[in-house]
Amino acid sequence: MSLRSPLGRVLGAGSAKEGVHHWWMQRLTSIALVPLTIWFLVSLLTLPSFEHVTVISWIAQSWTALLLILFILVATWHSQLGVRVVIEDYVHGGAKTLTLVLITFIHALVAAAGVFAVLKVAFGSAS
Amino acid sequence: MFTSFANRITGVVMSVGLLVLVYWLMSVASGTAAYTRAIATLSLPIFKLLYAALLFTFSYHLVAGIRHLVWDTGRGMERHQSQKSAWVVIIVSVLLTIAFIYWAFCPGAHQS
Repeated sequence: MSLRSPLGRVLGAGSAKEGVHHWWMQRLTSIALVPLTIWFLVSLLTLPSFEHVTVISWIAQSWTALLLILFILVATWHSQLGVRVVIEDYVHGGAKTLTLVLITFIHALVAAAGVFAVLKVAFGSAS
Repeated sequence: MFTSFANRITGVVMSVGLLVLVYWLMSVASGTAAYTRAIATLSLPIFKLLYAALLFTFSYHLVAGIRHLVWDTGRGMERHQSQKSAWVVIIVSVLLTIAFIYWAFCPGAHQS
């Protein structure tokens, strides 16, 4: 005997109405990433050096910290959305669910670690 | 078709790049000793190769992504237009890559 209701069986596994949300977030994050990634790359390339003091004084500036946090959050979000689609297309069966769970956790970890690191430097506890 | 697939590959490569970026940021936040150790690893030739690759994947994904955003407005979807824009994507991203790699690796640009 199944716990699934007859109505549930008839309706099947139809749209959960999340597809548009995924599509829309993918677009929103990509638009935001155009200026954010260009800012980040140009900032890195114009850093006078990669010595610890130099990097710290760069990150500790308010605007740098703010934009870095935005960049990390939007980039990991965009990455999660993109990698998810790739997995959904190329991984099948039970491995698919497991991979999706892992990938989501890794992205959350990367986002949290990035934001934490920037805040720690910005609030002056990194030297 | 090829350009859309390439957009996926370059995107996945940059997801790996995010891991390296956050590793670097965590090392910055962990004090000078930890940072010095991390920089020793991040300066290995294999990582320099990764940075060059990332400069390409970024350039490509940026230009190809903008093409997708233009498509979303319903423009440029005729066959002859998309074939032309595919070439624009390839040429512009290669030129951008060369400029970025020169900027990042030319002598005297950076100490590390």
